[in-house]
Amino acid sequence: MINDKYYNRRYVISGIAVVIVLTYIIRLFYLQIIDQSTKDQADNNALVKQTIYPSRGLIYDRNGELLVFNQPIYEITMTMRDMGKEWDTLAFCQCLQIDREEFNERIAEIKDRRKNKGYSTWTPQVFMSQLKKEDIATLQESLFLFPGVHIQKRTLRDYTYNAAAHVLGSVGEVNQNDLDHDSCYARGDYSGRDGLERTYEKQLRGAKGVEVLMRDVRGRIKGSYQDGELDRTAVAGTDLHTTLDIRLQLLAEELLAGKIGSAVAIEPKTGEILALVSNPAWNPKVLVGKERSKNYNTLLHDPTKPLMNRATQAMYPPGSTFKTIQSLVCLEQGAITPNTLYPCSGPGSSPIKCTHHHGSPVALDRAIEQSCNPYFWCAFRDLLQKDGYGKDNKDFRHRYELWRNAVMSFGLGQKFTDTDLNEQSSGSIPSTKLFDKFYGETGWKAITIRSLSIGQGEILVTPLQLANQAATIANEGYYITPHLNKHDSMRIHRHNLDIQKRHFEVVKEGMNRVMVYGTGRHYAVDSLHMAGKTGTVQNPHGRDHAIFIGFAPVEDPQIAVAVVVENAGFGATWACPVATMMIEQYLTGEVKRKDLRKRIGSTVLNESVKKW
Amino acid sequence: MFLMLAVFGWLNIYGASYTFDQTSIFDFSNRAGKQFVWLLGSLVMGGILLLIDYKTYDILAYIAYGAMLLLLLATPFLARDIKGSMSWISLGPVSLQPAEFAKCIVALAVAKYMGRYEYKIKSWRDMIVPFALIGIPALIIMVLQKETGSALVFAAFLLVFYRQGMSGYVLWMGVAAVALFIISIRFGGVALPLGTGSVGMLTCMLILTAVEIYFICKEHYMRWQGLILTGSVVALYGICLIINIWFKMPFDWIAVGIVVALVIYNIVISLIWRKYMLLIVAFFTLFCIGYTHACDFVFNKVLQPHQRIRIEVLLGMKEDPAGAGYNVNQARIAIGSGRFFGKGYLNGTQTKLQFVPEQDTDFIFCTVGEEWGFVGSIGVLLLYLCFILRLIFIAERQRNVTTRIYAYAVASIFLFHLMINVGMVLGLLPVIGIPLPFFSYGGSSLWGFTLLLFILLRLDAARMEQLN
Repeated sequence: MINDKYYNRRYVISGIAVVIVLTYIIRLFYLQIIDQSTKDQADNNALVKQTIYPSRGLIYDRNGELLVFNQPIYEITMTMRDMGKEWDTLAFCQCLQIDREEFNERIAEIKDRRKNKGYSTWTPQVFMSQLKKEDIATLQESLFLFPGVHIQKRTLRDYTYNAAAHVLGSVGEVNQNDLDHDSCYARGDYSGRDGLERTYEKQLRGAKGVEVLMRDVRGRIKGSYQDGELDRTAVAGTDLHTTLDIRLQLLAEELLAGKIGSAVAIEPKTGEILALVSNPAWNPKVLVGKERSKNYNTLLHDPTKPLMNRATQAMYPPGSTFKTIQSLVCLEQGAITPNTLYPCSGPGSSPIKCTHHHGSPVALDRAIEQSCNPYFWCAFRDLLQKDGYGKDNKDFRHRYELWRNAVMSFGLGQKFTDTDLNEQSSGSIPSTKLFDKFYGETGWKAITIRSLSIGQGEILVTPLQLANQAATIANEGYYITPHLNKHDSMRIHRHNLDIQKRHFEVVKEGMNRVMVYGTGRHYAVDSLHMAGKTGTVQNPHGRDHAIFIGFAPVEDPQIAVAVVVENAGFGATWACPVATMMIEQYLTGEVKRKDLRKRIGSTVLNESVKKW
Repeated sequence: MFLMLAVFGWLNIYGASYTFDQTSIFDFSNRAGKQFVWLLGSLVMGGILLLIDYKTYDILAYIAYGAMLLLLLATPFLARDIKGSMSWISLGPVSLQPAEFAKCIVALAVAKYMGRYEYKIKSWRDMIVPFALIGIPALIIMVLQKETGSALVFAAFLLVFYRQGMSGYVLWMGVAAVALFIISIRFGGVALPLGTGSVGMLTCMLILTAVEIYFICKEHYMRWQGLILTGSVVALYGICLIINIWFKMPFDWIAVGIVVALVIYNIVISLIWRKYMLLIVAFFTLFCIGYTHACDFVFNKVLQPHQRIRIEVLLGMKEDPAGAGYNVNQARIAIGSGRFFGKGYLNGTQTKLQFVPEQDTDFIFCTVGEEWGFVGSIGVLLLYLCFILRLIFIAERQRNVTTRIYAYAVASIFLFHLMINVGMVLGLLPVIGIPLPFFSYGGSSLWGFTLLLFILLRLDAARMEQLN
């Protein structure tokens, strides 16, 4: 051995090799065993989850008429890489009836990576969206001329009728709140924003499907991952069958045109809402697609507040319609009997005067028929003073409390909690506390709250509550919570009132007389045995509100109706004809009083109400 | 063992270029098919090499070396520009990279020169010719062909020289140079919390101070003086710290001053005691002082921008996962996502879908990592380790010095390739484009390595013939 002196250096060199390999093994151990982040990064790299959107459930009326469905809309996408040099931009623009500038603008927008983060020349980019079939018809025929261009089909909501906008609600893009609370949503998804679309969102939306695809470094799709093992198919939304009768709904909307007001019809035995109208409304088609946000803004700033669902949210004093409840409570709590007489004028009846001319004194049935204010004041007074005032006003306040509870058992002064109606107001039946606070515990007497006797003053109800009240009277002592879903997925309750049936018979008789001899007699229909009560509500801000509640036929009520027309004048003049025509329509299938229908429908009481 | 590596590499090239729509591994239009042809070719070549008389290699060494230099010089003029590199010569359908074959020829020439009977490394003069032998082709490849990676491979010969008796300090100097470079680049811009100056410069100077004190003590047998020197240096820094309360002290220049003072002290006592070896250390230290100051200049002006960015990314000075750091980041993801057992052969999503660039050539190890997992990667690394250790064993059993040197050259070249390539893929070393022996796609490199290996086998076989 020549260089024996350096023989040991073989170990140093071998050692270097071993150290290098060991270092790399440690690094590999770190990368492949310890560091967990790379797995996700790899999946992000290579896998694309493509969502398959389910079609949203359809909405029908009670007779199976289609109300809401899905319309196909079209999206034009472009894959820049495939477009090639001989691409005829001019011809393309002609197909879509856009000019060259608009085309260039759109292309610039697509290519701007600040605005369009996912831009790649290899993947399809949206060129134009939300196009109608007419818009793309020409392009579709000559699509072969434009390589790289695809037409993508999506769906939007569409409506058979320009009706029931408030009830049906609309579909819009999800907001941050939805994203935070429901993992089903992704940014840009659509969900029901209001009305039934929102209440039944979970049922209507169905379940999204997913397709896991592999893409390469340029974003080109390279087929499904693991032979589609991770894919899920989309499940279409379930259809919704509503309780609405679209004919009735359309009629009511027609009759309320040009007026601010609402109409609610309920089938008393089931609590099913047959019609729920709030005017002004909008054409549901305008809150769809690319026009949605613009139109929504217009609606939002309209001074007549069309977005408000007046049928469930507006609160009015019930006026004379409240006399029905007043009668029932006074009978039940023993203040009066059906034969109790009160004079229409004279010292006892003051300070409330009668607005009608009729004989005096009257019994209950005629008092209802003539809507005699002094009668109900006297009855209310006698009810509250039945036990005297007592020490510190205690007995009187106790009586008031009993009265209030009885009134509230009609569903007044509170929201219906077990229903599918969003956006309700509770209304108000003033509490003992409120008056205590106002006047002091001993400071208020029957005379102080006399307005309540005729449904004025602090008492507020919604049209929906009014309709429910009519239904309760029709049912003679119970109501089923008003609701909109025919296949009732909600827990619907029967609410029984602590008022005897015989008292209802008296009130029903009175209400029938209203339609025969009283304020509603002009709009009676001979063949239909109707009962009703008009109301003319004093309004410090302008003309009186016209109100009417009623049901028919009296013997076996099929429909209960409440109509409110704001600032219209007499209930008998404006609300009553609307209600009776609705009843006529529902019970006979048509409105024979064509002239009346035309007159009411074409009268504009409020100039600023817009027709959409 | 050669066959195992080559066949496994070939399978992985198929894996890497497989894109879910190709069918046959023998389809010659794709890279796996081509590699198969190259592999067959290399086997034939290996067979021929084994048949040639061993003396031929010895005789041809210098002639081949001269021819190779001419070829290397000519290459840039014949070559097409491929990704900024001018190292490929096209011969009809195939391209050849002469640099790959240069390694083998240089190894033969170095072996022949250093294997002469009278040759011994006594002084630095003896190293001039060997250094020139490796330096000239390296320079041509680096400057004219712009292939830094291939040129760096010649640094592997340092290990060969070391085995032949070159001072170990040279290796340490290499390590020190790299370390100082990294420290001054990485921390050169970081300001000291006290006084003025940069962390990088101070650290470098402190290291040099320590080195200087170590050598003074070791070579002059002055243990107690070492303590005094260390103590006084520490004391000096202490004083500076105190002064710093009133004046901002330029600590890096103070450190330079201390090192220079030590160097002068060293030179003086070396001259008195006539220990000239220490002079080298002293001058090397002086050189290092200049070198650390020149680092910034070299880094910013001499290195090409892409090389600079690669180093910055590696040192964590720059995050650029979409640009310069893309390869490394994607390689990390691909390897990491392989986990313990890998995704299975041909099932890697990252490599199949081409997220890792150059995955069938320089980044082929990613495919191994992703598809064969930790187990497979370790297996490959250990296989290489065994292979290299086996080469060293073969080298040591040679009686002929020339053959032994040649064997060491082969082992060193393989080790260097393994270190740089895998280190790069694992994100431990900057991205330098050199292939993984037998694994990476490429006929030239496969044939180059075959040439290296089979000539060694032929020479090894000649061991017995010489005895007789």
